Amino acid sequence: MLLIYCPYCEEERSELEFRGAGDAHIVRPSNIADITDEEFEEFFFLRDNPKGLIFERWRHINGCGRFFNAARDTVSDKFKLTYKAGEPKPDLDAAAPAAALVETYEATESNAK
Amino acid sequence: MRKYSVFAVAREAMRGHKGWEAQWTSPEPRKEYDVIIVGGGGHGLGAAYYLAKEHGITNVAVLEKGWLGGGNTGRNTTIIRSNYLYDESMDIYEHSLKLWENLSQELNYNIMYSPRGVMMLSHNVHDQQVFKRHIHANRLHGIDNEWLTPEQAKDFCPPLDIAAGARYPINGAALQRRGGTARHDAVAWGYARAAADRGVHIIQNCEVKGIRRGPNGEVTGVDTNRGFIGAKKIGVSASGHNSVVMAMADVRVPLHSVPLQALVSEPMKPIFPCVVMSNTVHAYISQSDKGELVIGAGTDQYNSYSQTGGLQIITHTLDAICELFPIFRRVKMMRQWGGITDNTPDRSAIQGVTPVQNLFVNCGWGTGGFKATPGSANLFAHLIARGEPHRLAAGLTLDRFRTGRLIDEAAAAAVAH
Amino acid sequence: MTGANRIPGAGRLTPAKTARFTFDGKSYTALEGDTVASALLANGVHLVGRSFKYHRPRGVVSAGPEEPNALIGVERDAARQQPNVRATVQEVFDGMKTISQNRYPSLSFDVGSINNLLSPFFAAGFYYKTFMWPKQAWKHIYEPQIRAAAGLGVAPTQEDPDHYASRYAHCDVLVIGGGIAGLSAALAAAKTGARVILCDEQPEVGGAMHYDKSVTVDGVDGFTWAQKTAADLAKMSNVTVLTRTTAFGYYAQNFVALVERVTDHVSKPDRRLPRERMWQVRAKRVIIATGAIERHMVFANNDRPGILQASAARTYLNHFGVAVGRKVGVYTANDSAYEAAFDLKRAGVTVAAIVDCREKPGEAVLAEARSLGIEVLTGHSVIDTSGKLRVAGMSVARNGSTAKRNIAIDALLTSAGWTPSVHMFSQSRGKVAYDAASGAFLPGVYAQDCLSIGACNGTNDLQATIEEALAAGELMAKASGFEAASKVELQAKNAFQWTGGMSGAAEGAGEDTTVKAFIDFQNDVCAKDIRLAVREGMHSIEHIKRFTTNGMATDQGKLSNLHGLAIAAEALGRGIPEVGLTTFRAPYTPVTFGTLISHSRGELFDPTRKTPMHALEEAEGAVFEDVGQWKRAWYYPRAGEDMHQAVNRECKTVRESVGMFDASTLGKIEVVGPDAAAFLNLIYTNSWDTLKPGRCRYGIMLREDGFVYDDGVVGRMAEDRFHVTTTTGGAARVMNHMEDYLQTEFPHLNVWLTSATEQWAVIAVQGPKARDVIASLVEGIDLSNEAFPHMSVREGKICGVPTRLFRMSFTGEMGFEVNVPADFGPAIWEAIRAEVEKAGGCAYGTETMHILRAEKGYIIVGQDTDGTVTPDDASLSWAVGKKKPDFVGIRGLKRPDLVKSGRKQLVGLLTKDPKVVLEEGAQIVADPNQPKPMTMLGHVTSSYWSENCGRSIAMALVVDGKAKLGQTLYVPMPDRTIAVEVSEMVFIDKEGVRLNG
Repeated sequence: MLLIYCPYCEEERSELEFRGAGDAHIVRPSNIADITDEEFEEFFFLRDNPKGLIFERWRHINGCGRFFNAARDTVSDKFKLTYKAGEPKPDLDAAAPAAALVETYEATESNAK
Repeated sequence: MRKYSVFAVAREAMRGHKGWEAQWTSPEPRKEYDVIIVGGGGHGLGAAYYLAKEHGITNVAVLEKGWLGGGNTGRNTTIIRSNYLYDESMDIYEHSLKLWENLSQELNYNIMYSPRGVMMLSHNVHDQQVFKRHIHANRLHGIDNEWLTPEQAKDFCPPLDIAAGARYPINGAALQRRGGTARHDAVAWGYARAAADRGVHIIQNCEVKGIRRGPNGEVTGVDTNRGFIGAKKIGVSASGHNSVVMAMADVRVPLHSVPLQALVSEPMKPIFPCVVMSNTVHAYISQSDKGELVIGAGTDQYNSYSQTGGLQIITHTLDAICELFPIFRRVKMMRQWGGITDNTPDRSAIQGVTPVQNLFVNCGWGTGGFKATPGSANLFAHLIARGEPHRLAAGLTLDRFRTGRLIDEAAAAAVAH
Repeated sequence: MTGANRIPGAGRLTPAKTARFTFDGKSYTALEGDTVASALLANGVHLVGRSFKYHRPRGVVSAGPEEPNALIGVERDAARQQPNVRATVQEVFDGMKTISQNRYPSLSFDVGSINNLLSPFFAAGFYYKTFMWPKQAWKHIYEPQIRAAAGLGVAPTQEDPDHYASRYAHCDVLVIGGGIAGLSAALAAAKTGARVILCDEQPEVGGAMHYDKSVTVDGVDGFTWAQKTAADLAKMSNVTVLTRTTAFGYYAQNFVALVERVTDHVSKPDRRLPRERMWQVRAKRVIIATGAIERHMVFANNDRPGILQASAARTYLNHFGVAVGRKVGVYTANDSAYEAAFDLKRAGVTVAAIVDCREKPGEAVLAEARSLGIEVLTGHSVIDTSGKLRVAGMSVARNGSTAKRNIAIDALLTSAGWTPSVHMFSQSRGKVAYDAASGAFLPGVYAQDCLSIGACNGTNDLQATIEEALAAGELMAKASGFEAASKVELQAKNAFQWTGGMSGAAEGAGEDTTVKAFIDFQNDVCAKDIRLAVREGMHSIEHIKRFTTNGMATDQGKLSNLHGLAIAAEALGRGIPEVGLTTFRAPYTPVTFGTLISHSRGELFDPTRKTPMHALEEAEGAVFEDVGQWKRAWYYPRAGEDMHQAVNRECKTVRESVGMFDASTLGKIEVVGPDAAAFLNLIYTNSWDTLKPGRCRYGIMLREDGFVYDDGVVGRMAEDRFHVTTTTGGAARVMNHMEDYLQTEFPHLNVWLTSATEQWAVIAVQGPKARDVIASLVEGIDLSNEAFPHMSVREGKICGVPTRLFRMSFTGEMGFEVNVPADFGPAIWEAIRAEVEKAGGCAYGTETMHILRAEKGYIIVGQDTDGTVTPDDASLSWAVGKKKPDFVGIRGLKRPDLVKSGRKQLVGLLTKDPKVVLEEGAQIVADPNQPKPMTMLGHVTSSYWSENCGRSIAMALVVDGKAKLGQTLYVPMPDRTIAVEVSEMVFIDKEGVRLNG
């Protein structure tokens, strides 16, 4: 069960409170009525399904009810960052490590040795 | 290939089983193959076998990044059935079921196809309407599927609780008697052995890192951790990793990969004679020949390549199982695991040509790929050999998401009104 | 007397506290604190089970959860029967009944042991090579035989009367394992003030101190120190100490699942207590201190009852006071097993010999053996054993020589070395690394915020372990934000050396393919089976595991995995790390389904939703149907009526006078805001700008791909306020769908959405007398057709209660839907019920509702449509705003396959024989005589006997249905073919005049 930081509630909560809502940053074309079949297929069906970093949407459905975005690694399932809907896709290289997240284990381990 | 039989086993028993040869060899890759299949699961190995057997194409390699059958072939709950709704689905799953029925003899490998019956439970009027729709469609298509009363369902599966007061009471069931299970690993091994015997190269620990293209955009081969391997045609059948492989040829497919979990109980003496599914409460259960209850759970709600998943998915499934079979509450879970399923928007598979010349794809089998193994493999071989789909797989093309001709098995179940 | 093998003065149990139990019907006396295994051994019983495949006699091997052999059934009563219980873990309680498993007719004489004689035939994977002819024989002969022979215990046959509990817990530091390492770490962490949970699977903490009594910590005996430390910890308010609690699963983000065994050791448990309790712990940091498990030696016939792990023999002696034999042999590849010989010798047991396959054991243990007068045979191996139901002798030979010496023994203690328990670490998705020096897989790269310490981390020396543990406890607390005020310091003395040893087959396993040198006892996997798998081309360790079933038994390879790997590596000519381990999966030890379920059963499995009027409907005799989570009144039978008669009466009554219906389950969403109409314009296909306040409209909602998603009547309460209704099943997902678009696609719109499904009770009053029925109850609303026409909504009062009163109809009759605040639902229902009664009407249920709407051709989304139906397919094109620039689904609708001919369209069907009612779901064809597979044109979506029409009516999705009006089609049933005519969908009152009363 994942632990998810809701950027609206500003708290980490259990996955049971959330519902996944698919890929993020796929914008519904403002001229949707006029796009081609290929463009519609691209918009509605085709997905990168990345192995690694994914930008996805979640809804805090059993909480504040808000949709928000997350950057997560689909191999480790670790969240890199969550952010509010409507905010631009973050540049993760530039972004500082998420404040709410604990420091990596590697750091802890090197302290221990 | 040395034939397997009771006599061969007896002979070997006399001399300490020293005479068995390797079931498949592990050759060095050639410079080029007529066909490369990416993915050494049941579908890929089977396709290689049928390419050799039915289409005379033997200069074939199956490239597997890990070990044969290590993906969903070896991680599923082995349910086999063909009682789907739409013609496109019935065609391919029934083709598959017919191949299952003779697969042990065909491959000379006991894959333990066990037609113990797959029973799907109906819990309300809506379920009943949907199941009857399936039953009638199946019957007119020539597929067995029958309606059972609750009492008949209990006769067929005595541990079932049909008490009217249950939270999800049972008002009937749809039974496909020819449905059942098979031994999953044996399917991969049986196809591997039979394919290798016909000259197919089976290359494990060989991960495809790139797909190379020629001047006209056609495929020319693959880059792997063992170097470049040329190919005139490439068939991709990499289950959860199909998006990753197809991206190497710049092809986007409408897939998302999600973990599907399963578990087994400790082994017990025979108690559960068939396969039971309930879509309403999300539970799938059978008992293996070793005596373990084999239980299929649901998928997690997020994309993942992790082959694990949340505990809550498992517990929810057990909630449902023990609602239907309260006698199992004291039984113990022995092992849980996950596989990565690739799912399409309409929950039907994609098998067809791609925008890239000589690149073919077999993907999107979602949570139902095992039962399709022989049929999918057989038709995928046809597609690769002829360059166009077989009649029975003609509806599974990639372009249906553009045209809207979806095969929506999930939507056909609709929802309660 | 609690067993002839109990050594006076030995062990920690209290001789005065006894308990009686039975094993296979024979009564034995145990001491309180005994496990079933220790009690049986005390009574000289070694034979406790039969193996899975060969049915070989088997005895206790271990003293812990890794036990592969001693699996028994435990019966408390008829309903509380538990198969596959590890006798080495299960504590004895007074009055307990236990039985052996997998044998017939008895444990000592088992006909299944014929398999042992036939074993040359049953090589690994033999079943893949045979049983193929004749084809039918697999299902009817071979498989049933195999199934009957396999399995272990017998499944329960009655519902489990016990209950289970579940707790969520949060802590700063979770410590898994209560040995010296875990306790030290917990102590250091707890002293910082951090919230600590310590769990240990045994009844008492102490881990290795159970068997090693030579240790002192801070000058105190190690076991005593452990108990005292645990007690001190338990007294701290920030610490929870859980014994009999196994951490079984390590999931993402430091989510660890524990199972606590609460009453299985109690003779007469308080029935208010749960049998077991699951703890789901979210820990900021996890310390893994799970120790190590001793491997057995792999040699010929190493599986006879009486052959145990050396450390298990020490546990039985030092903790339970039981000698596992009177004349024991020891066979080892490392120094630690010598300690077992020393302990037993000092307790008065004869040690026949220590056989050490190494040439040069440690000097210290050799010296000790000499001083105790124990013969040590270095560079020797045990190459075979003898004995039928218990080991009676061992054959010992110098390595490389065939000359053997037979030594009589009644127990043999073996140790190949220790396997660090990296299960939890590996489950956390950390990567293990092979340490060639110790021959063990140890934690390598961490994936989560955890630390392994002590034996499971490969740390050998006890003082080093303690220092590592104290540092880890402090560090992990610090990482969670807690600083140590003072350092904890502990001094330990005198633990044995446990590293070293070997894995794989010892001398005695030989190259001989007929020798049975067991690796996996329970699944009967021998060294030769691994070699056979490799010969057959199984080169991946996963293939070898699956082909031989090594490590797939209930112990999940705790003893066998490393042996199997080593033998495979040797056969493959590769190094152990190149071959690699199979994946560790949860659970660490098997976990009861009931525990995982805990409270989630019966009504708590899934909530049942009932409308405010449910009790009244129940009192009136309603039969209910399940619709999603809802219970809905299905029909109201009166005395002597069956469903058919009741429904016919209800249908007639509504059309002739009046009926009332509980429509509360319909989804209701309040859409409010300056942009409410603009928002609905985007969500629905219809246009809402033209809808005036006080009026209603039927709306259709599509998915983006153009298929019908939901429908319902929407009333405009004010310019900026809409009362939206959805289907019963669609309520939650429609709300989610709307929120999704509002929050993410149309955030510029100023709109609020509120789910109001459970805030309103809804009573539909339908029929020619509907107005008469409510007229006397309603205040402040002019109910005339002119003032309040069909498809209107007004706010006013009914019986003094505020109401939103809709003039609408799902029956084709004049109708009203009375919405009142849910709490007033029952009172208003009763008031209307009385008026309906006076008018000669009745209450009706969902079946009648379905029939009446079908008579009018009104569709039900989800029944007459599935996810592949467009508005045009359902003859609802009129509801799609042609001039609208945008709505959800506008583009999907235009895709080639959604606009081309040959689509299935919703039409009416009339059977040629009006008495015949079609089956819903039945398929429709043009030519019933065509061969299978037939070309199916569609299916019957709704079908009823219509008492009002005096015939059956049906709706169906048919290919090009609208062009087939009047044509004859066929519905082939198993026993007959039914001819039908394609018709319009409206069967009654085509002009719609009845809507006006």
